[in-house]
Amino acid sequence: MTLLSSPTFSEASTALCFVLILLVPFAGAGLSLINTGLGRSRSAAHAMTGSLIVIATAAVVYFVCGFSWQGLVGRPGHLLTIGDTGWNWIAAEPFFMRGLDLVVSPASLVVLLQVFSVGLAALIPLGAGADRWRLSASCASTALLAGWTYPLFAHWVWGGGWLAQLGANYGQGRGFVDTGGSSTIQVVGGLTALSIAWILGPRRGKYSANGMPAAIPAHNAVFVIFGCLLALVGWLGLNCAGSLLFFGTGVERVVLVALNTVLAAAAAGLTAAVITRLRFGKPDASLIANGWMGGLVASSAGCAFVKPAVAIIVGIVAGGLIIFAIEQLEFELKVDDPGGAISVHAVGGIWGVLAVGLFARLPSENRGQLLAQIVGVAALIGFVLPMTYGLNWLLNRVYPQRVTADGERQGMDLHELGADSYPEFVTHTEEFIQR
Amino acid sequence: MKVAGFFLLLAGGGLVLAAVALLASSLLRTGFVLAGVGVEVVGIALVARSHLLEQGDRG
Repeated sequence: MTLLSSPTFSEASTALCFVLILLVPFAGAGLSLINTGLGRSRSAAHAMTGSLIVIATAAVVYFVCGFSWQGLVGRPGHLLTIGDTGWNWIAAEPFFMRGLDLVVSPASLVVLLQVFSVGLAALIPLGAGADRWRLSASCASTALLAGWTYPLFAHWVWGGGWLAQLGANYGQGRGFVDTGGSSTIQVVGGLTALSIAWILGPRRGKYSANGMPAAIPAHNAVFVIFGCLLALVGWLGLNCAGSLLFFGTGVERVVLVALNTVLAAAAAGLTAAVITRLRFGKPDASLIANGWMGGLVASSAGCAFVKPAVAIIVGIVAGGLIIFAIEQLEFELKVDDPGGAISVHAVGGIWGVLAVGLFARLPSENRGQLLAQIVGVAALIGFVLPMTYGLNWLLNRVYPQRVTADGERQGMDLHELGADSYPEFVTHTEEFIQR
Repeated sequence: MKVAGFFLLLAGGGLVLAAVALLASSLLRTGFVLAGVGVEVVGIALVARSHLLEQGDRG
């Protein structure tokens, strides 16, 4: 049962939930800083502007049509009947959120959380497309994500769709469980990031003729680390609000959720620090940041249903997994992902989802929970990846997404915005003329 | 190769759905779900490989 149908959602719970949701934009701010810091200095303003524009596009498109596909638990949906069982695969809400009573209620809080969540999901691909993804193309791609891909999968998980019903209909535990959006936000964003990285191809100069990758270091590690700290605040809001709204865990569990979130991030960041220290002689700031973010991502799915010690284990595995995934993508698969978006959000998110099946102790039936989680991961890879790739591939055919070679050489700031992020760093010859 | 990879992704997803919807036995269902995931892994490997080759062709 969700709080949407619970009579015990007190005014105090509503107020707490509202405040928690207002923390979520910090996650977006953090992610924007991370994406910007991990890119080149000549694309920094472009990255931040892109973040703002993408969040704006996502919010508007979600309002216009996204919500109508996602819907809410207990509201109209399209059913596909197989045998005697109805598979709720898409919501049937009107466009422009018509018919929604936006007074402060659990339902309206879910809608508000979703507007922020879809913006967060839309920011993820920016990390993979950094330094070469045109601003207008990223907006168009975001419209596809916020208008179709995200709402569809979020309906399956959070809108009473077929994944959420796996427990009730087929006895698979409590159905697919994702408290804070490891799958709906992170993996959907991460798989879109993978599609974008494949479609755009690597940055010029990233790979030599024999396929060896060149190191293009992060231009501002301070942005990146500060972004991680901001993201923590956002994730605390996201995980706590998600637990309250989607699983009715009760206000008394909010402390556990927050603690698990912090511990998973801490364990993942420390694991990344130890691994990079052992392998390279010194801890690597970018990879520690990626590890930290991976811990946050992995914590989301089961933060309300695991003990703190388990959250540490989830974080440790996430930290190691993400370092491994980053190396595999860069060295073996030649996928240029400057922000580490694919490893952090797709790989970290999938691990978080599976960890629910492995470790979570749900209040009701646990049997079959792991299979329900595996089915959810299979749906992500088997349906969401081809869908998001196909949509972006089509978009690329009608509206090329990659900037021109000249634009890339010049830098995205000058080419697309007409001004550098750090103009004081530019040396003008006239400053040296003797007067 | 890329199209075949995406076809396998969809086929794997379909196999997983069919296993959930049609099989009652827990053991059979688990087996077929895992088989579907296996098909997806082959599919994603094919897609990744095709992009690797495309990139090599582009130089």
